[in-house]
Amino acid sequence: MFRFILSRLLQAIPVLLVVITATFFLVRAAPGGPFSAEKAVPPEVIKALEAQYKLDQPVWQQYISYLGDLAQGDFGPSFRYPGRTVDELIYGGLPITAELALYAMLVAIIIGVSAGVFAALKPNTPQDYVPMSAAMVGICMPSFLMGPLLVLIFGIWLEWLPVSGWGDLPGDKLLPAITLGTGYAAFLARLSRGGMLEVMSQDYIRTARAKGLPEWVVVLKHGLRGGLIPVVAFLGPAFAGLLSGSFVVETIFQIPGLGRFYVQAAFNRDYTMILGTTVFFATLIILFNLLSDIIAVWINPKLRHQVQGGS
Amino acid sequence: MPMQKNNNLRTTALLFTWLVFISLVGCSGGENNVTTGNRDGILHWGNGTDPQELDPHIITGIPEHHILTALLEGLVAKDPATLEPIPAVAKSWNISSDGKTYTFQLRHNAVWSNGDPVTSHDFAWSWWRALQPALGNQYAYMLFPIKNSEAYAKGEIDDFSKVGVKVIDDYTLEVELNNATPYFLQLLDHYSMFPVHRPTIEKFGKPDERGSLWTRPGNFVGNGPFTLKEWKLFKRVDVVKNPQYWDANKVKLNGIRFHPIENVATEERMFRSGQLHHTASIPIDKVATYKKDKPHLLHTYPYLGNYFYRINTTLPHLKDKRVRQALAMSINSKQLTEQVTKGGEVPAYTFTPPDTLGYTAKSAFEFNPEKAKQLLADAGFPNGEGFPVTELLYNTSEGHRKIAVAIQQMWNQYLGVNIILNNQDWKVYLDSVNNGDYTIARAGWIGDYVDPNTFLDMWVKDGGNNRTGWSNPRYDELILKLAPKTADRNLRYQLMAEAEAILLEDMPIIPIYIYNSKSLVHPSLKGLQPNILNYVLYKNLSLDTNLSGVKLN
Repeated sequence: MFRFILSRLLQAIPVLLVVITATFFLVRAAPGGPFSAEKAVPPEVIKALEAQYKLDQPVWQQYISYLGDLAQGDFGPSFRYPGRTVDELIYGGLPITAELALYAMLVAIIIGVSAGVFAALKPNTPQDYVPMSAAMVGICMPSFLMGPLLVLIFGIWLEWLPVSGWGDLPGDKLLPAITLGTGYAAFLARLSRGGMLEVMSQDYIRTARAKGLPEWVVVLKHGLRGGLIPVVAFLGPAFAGLLSGSFVVETIFQIPGLGRFYVQAAFNRDYTMILGTTVFFATLIILFNLLSDIIAVWINPKLRHQVQGGS
Repeated sequence: MPMQKNNNLRTTALLFTWLVFISLVGCSGGENNVTTGNRDGILHWGNGTDPQELDPHIITGIPEHHILTALLEGLVAKDPATLEPIPAVAKSWNISSDGKTYTFQLRHNAVWSNGDPVTSHDFAWSWWRALQPALGNQYAYMLFPIKNSEAYAKGEIDDFSKVGVKVIDDYTLEVELNNATPYFLQLLDHYSMFPVHRPTIEKFGKPDERGSLWTRPGNFVGNGPFTLKEWKLFKRVDVVKNPQYWDANKVKLNGIRFHPIENVATEERMFRSGQLHHTASIPIDKVATYKKDKPHLLHTYPYLGNYFYRINTTLPHLKDKRVRQALAMSINSKQLTEQVTKGGEVPAYTFTPPDTLGYTAKSAFEFNPEKAKQLLADAGFPNGEGFPVTELLYNTSEGHRKIAVAIQQMWNQYLGVNIILNNQDWKVYLDSVNNGDYTIARAGWIGDYVDPNTFLDMWVKDGGNNRTGWSNPRYDELILKLAPKTADRNLRYQLMAEAEAILLEDMPIIPIYIYNSKSLVHPSLKGLQPNILNYVLYKNLSLDTNLSGVKLN
């Protein structure tokens, strides 16, 4: 197991290096610099700014010194926010985005898994069609529609919940979590339905029923364990996706998280910020994929045997 | 034993779920910001994008400008009703008869928020700092009317004593200008000319260091009606009343919370749920509804800016001014503003917005499709025959696209010319226009100060913002030589009008509409006065507690 993890971590290094190198040169190849503006910036000012951010050096030299800084955990200064480092901005936004992603994940699991299991119990009946159609709508409905719709109903018409903010007013975390979570809930519903359907037709379920166990014990104790394997495999990448994909929800609800940086940095040609967030998210995705692999190995005896046999 | 374990697990799970629920929902019912704000004297201000910095010599944006006018104060301010200068740190000033020397008398009771007096040394040092090349101050040019300041900023001279800023004594400052600059007083409350507190800046770094920590709460020392209390990135900037401020008795608010809200739709929803007193903007598709149902909440006013198209006059088929005139005369900007933009914008037939501090250029062109057709025929393209397919470039945005589509149709309908549309991401678009790599391109220009000069000096030969390849010797003479030497406002305006007439005759640009400022204002906010700069004097504002409960939906 240890060797499995170690080898996966070692494999991650060249992947990250490729990501860094590609991003580094791509952002510099994009037309328009970080300091261009509608009002002409005098050449002496551009020169001063470029010197300050080392953009006056040859590109390969910038690349080497960026890698050197990165090795020490230094993402460099933000171009857009003078006086703020990329590290500071990432670490400021991360806890908020992580919290949002966590709640969204909970929403997704609670809604998605129960809907999927419920549907799988009576396949091809209205009990299956209704939640699965709802899931289809959930998958199709983008958060930029879902968010304002929820706000309109619960924030403005009913006045039950705040329309924006994060941790400022009671209840303001509920709508963003639901908005971000529903899309994933829909995926989870379909995954858990599929998983459950397969498991519930297995012999050991029949055995459990034959023992005279009540149906809910059969479903919850014997069915779920196997039925949720595809769900668990999906959770790792899904969490990474929630972390890096919260841009729209953060914008709609005015949440000071990380997702907004990522997109805006690209528009602003904030080179260090683009690189910083890309490297950061790439690392996260690699780690979460590894994590879900480890969990998959851990719950699936066949895979566990393979890994151990190989080591 | 296993039973016990199961129970523990279940209890923990229940507890965890409950905790999550509590933290999501919270446990007390809430009053909205308007109600609490009115009670506590705190104004909730929607402020657009998040401020990049709070250093007046580094920032470039309007959100930063709003915060800094609360935190700092220049030598003079503006009367929000007339935009004429009013005393601020300077209690009075004298202008020499040739209009080139200004002597400011500073008030003795103006102090920094730490109690230090604000003296003429502070201004001299601050302006020295604003001109330091390493600081990368994009608005250093606001100081360029001051004698030798441009040469100093560009490194042509390195002796600051040659720059026309002279400290006579602690409370007297003499400023010598290159030319009589009638709008010089207008520049003094631009943030690039605000004073900064030298000991604070030097405590946190070199004077010309970008982004040192002096602007953080707890460090910031200012001289404005408010002081910085909290700055939470992407969340809020809180300022509170400065008891040390010389005019503190007149300041009615106890504080302002600036909410950075990038999404206008979110901002409008926040306003409707009573979280804001004032919005920075309003979604364009909501203007009509507010106009019809809730006109008392919607505030619109013409704004010192122009939405226009640049024409690349270096291209063969656009070299002939008759072609450019034809294009301009076949745009029905009245119809465009009424049916496409629909935000109450004013159709533009001049480049400088009308009534810019008393200046209104003569309207030199109008919507006249017949004449346009004739002009195009005279230029060799009867009914648009032989006119090359022409590209219209705009930066990616639904609003710009709608306008471009409408104009594409008008040009096709009235002139028979074919236009293809091209949109580019903002930075790519800037690059294209800067490099002259465009045919016709959408543009916008917001004046830096209220004077026609800020709209006209950009079109001189090789001006950094010209980008059309157009120039005219008489125009350059009027703007660069004659107008600056004329101290009398009316005479100067006449010269400016002559120059603008040349610009509108040659048509390297097509003015489309004058921007307007649009915001939603809660009825409890009092003391706002509309003006063409959308300039706010926060010390004049107050909140009426009796109007907290006004229904907004």
